[in-house]
Amino acid sequence: MAEFPDIPVLTTTVEKMTNWARRSSIWPVTFGLACCAIEMMAMSASRYDIARFGAEVFRGSPRQSDLMIVAGRLSRKMAPVLRRIYDQMPEPKYVISMGACASVGGVFDNYALVQGVDQIVPVDVFVPGCPPRPESLIYGIVQLQKKIDRMKLTA
Amino acid sequence: MTTTTPELRSETMTVNMGPQHPSTHGVLRLILQLSGETVVSADATIGYLHTGIEKTAEQKKWQQVIPLVERMDYLGAQSNSLAFVLAVERLMGIESKIPPRVRDIRVLIAELQRISSHLVWLGTHALEIGAVSVMMYCFRERELLMNINEMLAGFRMFPSYLRIGGLREDLPPKFHEAVNAFVERFPSKLTEYEDLLTKNQIWLKRTRGVGVISREDTIGYGLVGPLARAVGVPYDVRKTFPYSGYDTFQFDVPVREHGDVYARYLVRIEEMRQSIRIIKQAIDRVPPRGPFDIEDYRIVPPPKDKVYTEMEGLIQHFLIYSQGFTVPPGDVYVPIEGPRGEHGFYIVSDGSNRPYRIKMRPASLYACQAVPKMIERGMIADVIAVIGSTDVVMGDVDR
Repeated sequence: MAEFPDIPVLTTTVEKMTNWARRSSIWPVTFGLACCAIEMMAMSASRYDIARFGAEVFRGSPRQSDLMIVAGRLSRKMAPVLRRIYDQMPEPKYVISMGACASVGGVFDNYALVQGVDQIVPVDVFVPGCPPRPESLIYGIVQLQKKIDRMKLTA
Repeated sequence: MTTTTPELRSETMTVNMGPQHPSTHGVLRLILQLSGETVVSADATIGYLHTGIEKTAEQKKWQQVIPLVERMDYLGAQSNSLAFVLAVERLMGIESKIPPRVRDIRVLIAELQRISSHLVWLGTHALEIGAVSVMMYCFRERELLMNINEMLAGFRMFPSYLRIGGLREDLPPKFHEAVNAFVERFPSKLTEYEDLLTKNQIWLKRTRGVGVISREDTIGYGLVGPLARAVGVPYDVRKTFPYSGYDTFQFDVPVREHGDVYARYLVRIEEMRQSIRIIKQAIDRVPPRGPFDIEDYRIVPPPKDKVYTEMEGLIQHFLIYSQGFTVPPGDVYVPIEGPRGEHGFYIVSDGSNRPYRIKMRPASLYACQAVPKMIERGMIADVIAVIGSTDVVMGDVDR
């Protein structure tokens, strides 16, 4: 961004402007599955306050959201639902896999769970922990913001 | 000239609510038949969070099962581990050898867990009905409890602090200060929540007379805990079948009569007050230092100074951490009063160092079965209020 001291204008590129707007208001879809969802709620509540990073507007409808935080263990029965919700989200869309179960199946290496949501949807950021602390998830969101900053408008 | 009006047709509409819905508490799916805005019938579909925890537990050693069971009902984590621990201890016949200090600490932790669970319930329930600020207040107080968990074991939600044969280690320094500070702060904050809700006209209109279930149906569906106590069934495992020394504590079991969403709210608020009473008594009884397990080194790990200086201690340490211990063959069911009511573990042992079968009786599953009964003939907007009031945790239902 370039500044001109005499006249009140800033110059920038459309790409930087778009990325700035996108990363400053990542609206997550409410997709709580299990234990991690409670920590996700804690992240949006008073102590951790994700509003500081512009991602506090949890949307009930996937059509209004940019980010899906897969918070918790994903069972095989739930997997088609997850994919369907992801497909309903408008582009550009991002996915954070929160917790050990969502990322790799966690301790539950058995018949019931999908061993990592990256088998179902493309994942941008993996957040480890069982469940991750709210700070970890905030770090994950900041990492996602950095990733958005690097995005190109033209392929 | 006569005009003919077309015949009015009325048909019911099927609406799929969930499994992804902002207010259905996790992944509960309801198939609703609607006539206008009235719910004609409802069908609850579960299984979207089935994790196979009970099956996975069969591959683990007895002590390793504790972190798994804590993830079943993830809001009442330490209640689960308390039920499991008590069940295994009864099967091993070491119940009477548990030091009184350990029993009191377990009661203390279980009550803190109850408050923590009820806070999440109150926050989300109010959020779903529309009182967003209550959630912020509730999570503020919950963070203090998370801090206490973190002191105990360095983990916020699932400390795995209760172990078979005692506790993981002795209480951390400044534990008493943290609990006392919480006990001192919390009652005034509870009043704050009540100021926001109890006489709030919007809250009353959304909750009073909504989701009523009769006393007969409550017993018929096997509902327990706050759901049963809200229709005047004074069943509380802590009073009826005392465990872990609950009979030595003074507390009341709150009971209301109306059996609607509002009565359940009042019961849970009062339960938090009673929990504070129990915590106060427990923290006074527990000295900061003292025995924290049964000191039988075939079951619990020996202290580190013995491991490093004595041959016997080293062998015991090695056996505990490689093979674990065995539990005599048999089966047992031990119920406890969790945040959602009676939940207990039925465990079967074949005499080996791993469980043959563990089965949890989840309070939420029975509440889930009764949800259609509660919402039928009601309005669709009340469905959210009713589900919130049952406080179902899908991790508890599906396991």
